[in-house]
Amino acid sequence: MMPALCIIGLTKYFGALCAVNDVSIDLLPGERRAILGPNGAGKTTLFNLIAGDFLPTHGSIHLFGEDIGKMPPHHRTRLGVSRTYQNSLLFKGLSVLENLFLSVRGVKPHRLSLLVPRSADPHLARAREWARQVGLAHKIDARVSELSHGEQRQLEVGMALAGGPRLLLLDEPAAGLSQAERPILTKMLRELPRTITILLIEHDMDVALQWAECVTVMHNGAAVFEGTPKEAASSPTIHALYLGDHDRNTRSSDSRT
Amino acid sequence: MLLQVSAGWGRIARWTLMAAAIISYPHFAPQFWVVNIGAYAIVLGIITLSLTFLAAYGGMVSLAQMTVAGVAGYTLAILSSHAANVGSAILPWPWALAIALGSGTLAGILIGLVSVRTKGISLLMITLAIGMIFFYLTQQNTTLFHGFDGFRGVKAPIVFGMSLREPIVFYYLCMGVGIALYAAVSYMVRTPFGIALQGIRDNPRRLAALGYWVELHQVAAFGVAGFVAAVGGVLSLWYHGGISPGSVGITAMVNILIVAVIGGLGQPRGALIGALLFVLIQNFAIDLFIRERFNTVIGLTFLVIVLFSPDGLIGIWERLRRNRKRGLRSAPNGATN
Ligand SMILES: Nc1ncnc2c1ncn2[C@@H]1O[C@H](COP(=O)(O)OP(=O)(O)O)[C@@H](O)[C@H]1O
Ligand SMILES: [Mg+2]
Repeated sequence: MMPALCIIGLTKYFGALCAVNDVSIDLLPGERRAILGPNGAGKTTLFNLIAGDFLPTHGSIHLFGEDIGKMPPHHRTRLGVSRTYQNSLLFKGLSVLENLFLSVRGVKPHRLSLLVPRSADPHLARAREWARQVGLAHKIDARVSELSHGEQRQLEVGMALAGGPRLLLLDEPAAGLSQAERPILTKMLRELPRTITILLIEHDMDVALQWAECVTVMHNGAAVFEGTPKEAASSPTIHALYLGDHDRNTRSSDSRT
Repeated sequence: MLLQVSAGWGRIARWTLMAAAIISYPHFAPQFWVVNIGAYAIVLGIITLSLTFLAAYGGMVSLAQMTVAGVAGYTLAILSSHAANVGSAILPWPWALAIALGSGTLAGILIGLVSVRTKGISLLMITLAIGMIFFYLTQQNTTLFHGFDGFRGVKAPIVFGMSLREPIVFYYLCMGVGIALYAAVSYMVRTPFGIALQGIRDNPRRLAALGYWVELHQVAAFGVAGFVAAVGGVLSLWYHGGISPGSVGITAMVNILIVAVIGGLGQPRGALIGALLFVLIQNFAIDLFIRERFNTVIGLTFLVIVLFSPDGLIGIWERLRRNRKRGLRSAPNGATN
């Protein structure tokens, strides 16, 4: 079967710092893959490379067989790549509905349209539907700057889903959520359809290992382990690399981009 | 929505009153107040509106909007009848007008293309540089721009036997065009293009990640602003009956920014409010204070606004209104306690 995402030898230098070092990953269509690793391992940079925020120093990225490695971000999005950010990147001066409307419209033609959408506009209807799905129906006309942190995280995920992606990159979607807010998110993660292939960066080992079918562990930019959650849980190298300083990382993870 | 009955009537009454005031104003006000204050404030307000649109919805503060207006003004002057070629216009005025508006829009697009990857201070610097280049071009080129003298004796076109520069006609023209542009901008910001533009203002990186070509939207916004400024430039040419390098010099460029900030950069309305105050100060600072204190008064006004109300006069007005509303709401409670 053609892989949904095929990364070969991906490398990114920031000056002398090698943030991503010769990483290769194959994702089958519909696969759920978790990426683990301590802070600074290069996980977010890997996402930035796949989404097109930076061009890689070396290496290739194919999406369903198509070379996307040199495309600008908006082209990749139109081909079905979508992502969330570790720190929410929302349109704070716009309403929840407008944020979701922009997300729905982004992958559709006529982005420069000069007609005000009528209230029966199908894209507006889709945006309302997404607000309901991520539990923000009651806040639909609220400005994003008025939302709580948890609500902003819900919107962050909703915006990534609203464009109907084929490949979804979730960068610590639960970051900063309270224990009470987490179940909504994990439930939503589990219910996502298999038409979406998902890469998830998650610090909470329990969430990641329960949800994923396969785990990749990164350390100092390199992918040092790949296997099933079961193999990961019993691997001594991972315990040494990752679990050893796991607690320290979860505590400091909120403040990083 | 206008028909939400109870609130609707008050609104209709207000609008009718305002329309009546606008229409009757030139019939009772002295000509100086109709043209030199009223019409000219609108002309300045239109050029400023182009900047306020860019800033409020695109998060882009450009210094070159006066330059764009100047490009349109110079283009029209070159193609029209003026003091140096009396009566021998190069093109009939509708064509000349269309080309002037087109060249202003194009200038806006070109400025957008050059500066689209910068923002904040660097955007100000780049647009300042572009404006200075155009200023020196007009001053030094004698064949096309007539150098230091510029163009004089440019007449507004005559439509149905009436010169558009007749005081009352010119006032209505400016008012009509101003209202139309204001309505167009207010409409545009609710379209998918306008919402995406506000997305760029808030977070360009996220907008790109949603599938939008951010730079295209920015350049398009500069084009729209270019058209608005070009309209202002044409009206300004007719108002002054000419144009010279001083019209696009650094003082004129910075004045637009000052007008925008005084009125409030956050909302299109601010442009007109700021322009009105600016024109009033410009005309009366001389009477109120010792001669030639205009720049001091404008500078002080600017400073006070920046220090005490970053969102300009509009911001002050809105705060007052909010406070009054809160006062009205809390009054009954106060009475019962
Ligand atoms: N834009 C950037 N410029 C320079 N260095 C960066 C940039 N982004 C990330 N880095 C560095 O790359 C390394 C990996 O960072 P990151 O990918 O954010 O790690 P993780 O998400 O695994 O915590 C860190 O040392 C970080 O400081
Ligand atoms: Mg990270």
